[in-house]
Amino acid sequence: MSDYIIKTIQSGVLETLQMTFWAALFSYLIGLPLGVLLYATSKGRLLQNRPVNAIVGIAVNLMRSLPFLILLVLLIPFTRFVTGSSIGTKASIVPLTVGAIPIVARMVESSLLEVQPGIIEAATSMGASPLHILVHFILPEATPSLLQGAAINVATVLGYSAMAGVIGGGGLGAIALQYGYYRYQKDVLWTTVTLLVVMVMLIQESGNLLAKKNRKT
Amino acid sequence: METVFELKNVYKTYNNEGKEFTALKDVSLDVNEGEIFGIIGMSGAGKSTLVRTLNRLEDVSSGQVLFYGKDLAELRPRELRNVRHEISMIFQGFNLLMQRTVIENVEQPLRIAGVPRKARREKAREMLRIVGLEEKEKVYPARLSGGQRQRVAIARALASDPKVLLCDEATSALDPKITGEILDLLSKINRERKLTIVIITHEMAVVEKICDRVAIIDEGELAEIGEVKEVFRNPRSSAAKKLVFPSNPFDPTGEDGKLIRIVFDGTKASEPFIANLVEKTGLKVNILSANTRSVGGIGYGQMVLELPEDTEKQKIITAFFEESGLSVAEVENTAVSAASEVDKHE
Repeated sequence: MSDYIIKTIQSGVLETLQMTFWAALFSYLIGLPLGVLLYATSKGRLLQNRPVNAIVGIAVNLMRSLPFLILLVLLIPFTRFVTGSSIGTKASIVPLTVGAIPIVARMVESSLLEVQPGIIEAATSMGASPLHILVHFILPEATPSLLQGAAINVATVLGYSAMAGVIGGGGLGAIALQYGYYRYQKDVLWTTVTLLVVMVMLIQESGNLLAKKNRKT
Repeated sequence: METVFELKNVYKTYNNEGKEFTALKDVSLDVNEGEIFGIIGMSGAGKSTLVRTLNRLEDVSSGQVLFYGKDLAELRPRELRNVRHEISMIFQGFNLLMQRTVIENVEQPLRIAGVPRKARREKAREMLRIVGLEEKEKVYPARLSGGQRQRVAIARALASDPKVLLCDEATSALDPKITGEILDLLSKINRERKLTIVIITHEMAVVEKICDRVAIIDEGELAEIGEVKEVFRNPRSSAAKKLVFPSNPFDPTGEDGKLIRIVFDGTKASEPFIANLVEKTGLKVNILSANTRSVGGIGYGQMVLELPEDTEKQKIITAFFEESGLSVAEVENTAVSAASEVDKHE
């Protein structure tokens, strides 16, 4: 491999990490509250509210059922509106975030559902308000599970980021596509794929470790 | 004596997919300040629902629950939360936060009440001293035994200086020895802090050991209520009899044989009345089962006797026991009573 390719791959790694980091961060900023809302408004929960739950639930399901590749294309006008461009690393963060939000929301919801109902009953009997119960009882109890879910989500975003290469996003995915696929440079293809696999594994393992360290049971 | 809880004609009906289920039927009772009040019943009798109406974890369908004269149903959410600071609760499953240390768990009610951090910690330490777990404050509940976890739950329940402590099957997950220790702790707290305690249980041993008064709940209804001693000496309802007297597994050996149960209290327990019977009447009885238990420091005993087949002799023996001041009741043939059980359920 030429020096040029090696340099390209190096910056590709960096771009991939950038996209993953920002997309994961933004998707949690929106997905976490959404997940909490899905949980809290469902039947028999703290803030039971059927209309809110139905609307959020349907929106999340709709977004989740779109294949990511289609979402990428559909979002081009929106991406251009937000970042001023529809290609490049920065632009890829927008569809990645949008694509990850519903997944994050559902993961958060299922983590919260794992919390023992007895904990909520105890908190209620102590005279805690619904908001206090959410913040000081349910979220702390769900933390190990939330971390475990976060590891899966970040790894998923990283995988998706490779797809952004198809419509002109940056990162390892774009390199694999341009050099490996269009120009038949198998060595580049395999190098980028290996790097992606290693990165996913690192994220998943460190997430597991973090969750395990936080789990006191 | 002030009344802590007053239940007036409480009904609770659940509507489960079109099917109505009545968990509580016309329950009226008072809980007095400073007492340990037991609520006992078989599982599914409605006692867990009953205790949850006391802090409005369950709303009643009709009737009233008054806490120091205030109708809980009329409280707004904020007022209800403030009342709940005065009614603490412990559970069969302890319900501790597993991701928080012991002391952080005990601090929870204080945090809800908005107590500043330092005062919170001090108060929590004091509570842990009461339950004898001051050494464990930095430990996570997962590292504690069941008995220790329930102690933490008790410390947590006491932290908000409640007026009442509700115990929902608090010892049912514990072995008899640990149960005894927890009950001793509860009774110590009742004495020293003048804390009213309501205990829900399906175990007669729990009521026997620490309750002053007891209510017996049977299929959602209040079957019997009274001083524990009185209920033990003279259970009136069939639900009470079932709980006080262990079931008799024996049938009379002969066809005309008759079984009776004699019940005696502490004053009679020292008299050798079986020997007296033989001496005075020359008639013999067969002892099928016997036991004694201590309720509030007084011994109560009961015996199941098989009488001779001759009806005349049976009359003499029954009369002898009655004259000696024992209460005598005929015991149903187990085969017969099993059959009548079936009838009842059909």
